[in-house]
Amino acid sequence: MPEIVVLSGKGGAGKTSVTAAFAAMSRNAVLCDLDVDAPDLHILLAPRNSRREPFVAGHLAAIDPARCDGCGECAARCRYGAVSAADRDRFVINPAHCEGCKVCVVLCPRQAILFTPRTCGVSAVSDTRFGPFVHARLDPGAENSGRLVALLRQKAKALAKEQGRDLILADGAPGIACPVVSSITGASLAVLVTEPTPSGSHDLGRVATLCDHFKLPTAVLLNKADLNADEAARIEDACRDAGRPIVGRLPYSPDVTAAMAARQTLPEYGGPLAEALAEAWANVLNLAAAPKPQRNPF
Amino acid sequence: MVITRAGKKGLRLAIASGKGGTGKTTVTAALASIWSQALCRPVLAVDCDVEEPNLHLFLRPVIRRAETAKLEVPMVAEAALCADCGACRELCQFGAVTVMAGKPLVFPEMCHGCGGCLAVCPTGALVAGSRELGRIEEGATETAGYLAGRLRIGEAQSPPLIRAVLARLARIAEPAADVLIDAPPGVSCPAVTTVSGADAVLLVAEPTPFGIHDFELAVEAFTPLGKPMAVAINRSGPGTPELLALCRGHNLPVLAEIANDRVVAETYARGGLLHEAGAHYRAACFALARSLAELPQTAREAAHA
Ligand code: SF4
Ligand code: SF4
Ligand code: SF4
Ligand code: SF4
Repeated sequence: MPEIVVLSGKGGAGKTSVTAAFAAMSRNAVLCDLDVDAPDLHILLAPRNSRREPFVAGHLAAIDPARCDGCGECAARCRYGAVSAADRDRFVINPAHCEGCKVCVVLCPRQAILFTPRTCGVSAVSDTRFGPFVHARLDPGAENSGRLVALLRQKAKALAKEQGRDLILADGAPGIACPVVSSITGASLAVLVTEPTPSGSHDLGRVATLCDHFKLPTAVLLNKADLNADEAARIEDACRDAGRPIVGRLPYSPDVTAAMAARQTLPEYGGPLAEALAEAWANVLNLAAAPKPQRNPF
Repeated sequence: MVITRAGKKGLRLAIASGKGGTGKTTVTAALASIWSQALCRPVLAVDCDVEEPNLHLFLRPVIRRAETAKLEVPMVAEAALCADCGACRELCQFGAVTVMAGKPLVFPEMCHGCGGCLAVCPTGALVAGSRELGRIEEGATETAGYLAGRLRIGEAQSPPLIRAVLARLARIAEPAADVLIDAPPGVSCPAVTTVSGADAVLLVAEPTPFGIHDFELAVEAFTPLGKPMAVAINRSGPGTPELLALCRGHNLPVLAEIANDRVVAETYARGGLLHEAGAHYRAACFALARSLAELPQTAREAAHA
């Protein structure tokens, strides 16, 4: 089953607005928000009837003050600076810095350190006007977003199978580290939303290299294409050289914010952006259906 | 008036946002360029957004020194030494070491560098090796020092590199210099790791429904760190009153309001800086720098009021 993930090298390039627009045009898809650190897609999809589940991953260490004799072994061994002296003969662990590596637990000579499963957030399956929606929220400062992303994708696949859906459409995680790697491994197509700014093309390059590294076909959607015509032309040339099809070009337009303020997706809001996005979506579907790999260095 | 701060420690300010694209880097770059002129103090700009470091695109620093940052990970020294005790595998919480057919097997990419397996291995079958996290670059612009981390593509963890950048910062920053840190976007571990290393936080927020939602996540994430915090509103528009009301509710001073102006977007698209977009943007940047310099004190007074 095709799994399309929308990424953007750069934050603010319009990744979520584009994903929501695609969601509105999809016919029989499971929708998914993999941007678990700062999820926004729900704002436009208005999920209801959410079935929630706590997300438990990893562990947290805590010192039992009654058993600790203040030897300091834990503080000396912790590589994350999570352990500090509470007073002369007692140590404490700052949960915000604990990675749950278990080193202190194993090395404490008095077995004074407890190690308990950690709840890091919540995941949910909901209904929306465009189909079922799998989403989550990671607790602030929590780790393990990569694992949460992997869990959401599993849920989306199971749901698609169960309900006979033929596509998974996901708003991908930002950046180039663990969460985004989790969102792309094994997907069918990454749509990279970018904008013609110095940071837009720089970050596009980094995320595209990452996709290449994982042998994931990519396509590019150029947003705010008229902000800087020279930079836009450079991005298009670079994409052509790398064999990355451009699926669409959108102008810089206040409609994006206006539609968002009205809690509408762009196809619902209408106007020139809706038309350009319809064309982009048709191109994306064609590419996602094509057998991979589709690299064609002319 | 010349502000002298003999013997005083400089301000360490993190510039953060609930998510990318709010203008965090735009604001950091502009502040770094005008800071020393506005405040007569040396300043160092640090890019901790190591997954997508962009500050250099706007500041164009001259790089004087670059080094590879590494994480200590285990390496099999001599498989024949392994006693097949399984202690390494039992300890590792990240599935980065296992034992197969009586021999240890390390997956260096999955290792978090906790050092646990090395500490418990009784035979010396495992020894310390390393994995490349990325690069740390040091340099300067005409007006500011520059330090940045750049995550290697394919590296899955950014917090170790961020910690390495902050450790480097502790070694190189003159004590009196102010430090402006461009934090990673979001509110997860990398952002919190960065903000923990600062003494005050500037949140850059955008008054759209997405922006306001992410702003609230950021306030929720950073408030427990107990640092003085203020807000700059970028691309101000119809949603601004709602955002201002939220700031009032959280007792957060709003130190700047930048208009949603195509001129600013075009300046940015050319690689230009915010204070170059026009005289009143320049004035706003100077005013922002001055109020940020006072932020720790303003926050102390507010707390005692
Ligand atoms: S190693 Fe154990 S006994 Fe020693 S200070 Fe830490 S918790 Fe206390
Ligand atoms: S579990 Fe690991 S990170 Fe947490 S306090 Fe112990 S040694 Fe430090
Ligand atoms: S150093 Fe820690 S994380 Fe790395 S392999 Fe050893 S136990 Fe696992
Ligand atoms: S801890 Fe050392 S001796 Fe024991 S299984 Fe691991 S590598 Fe082998």
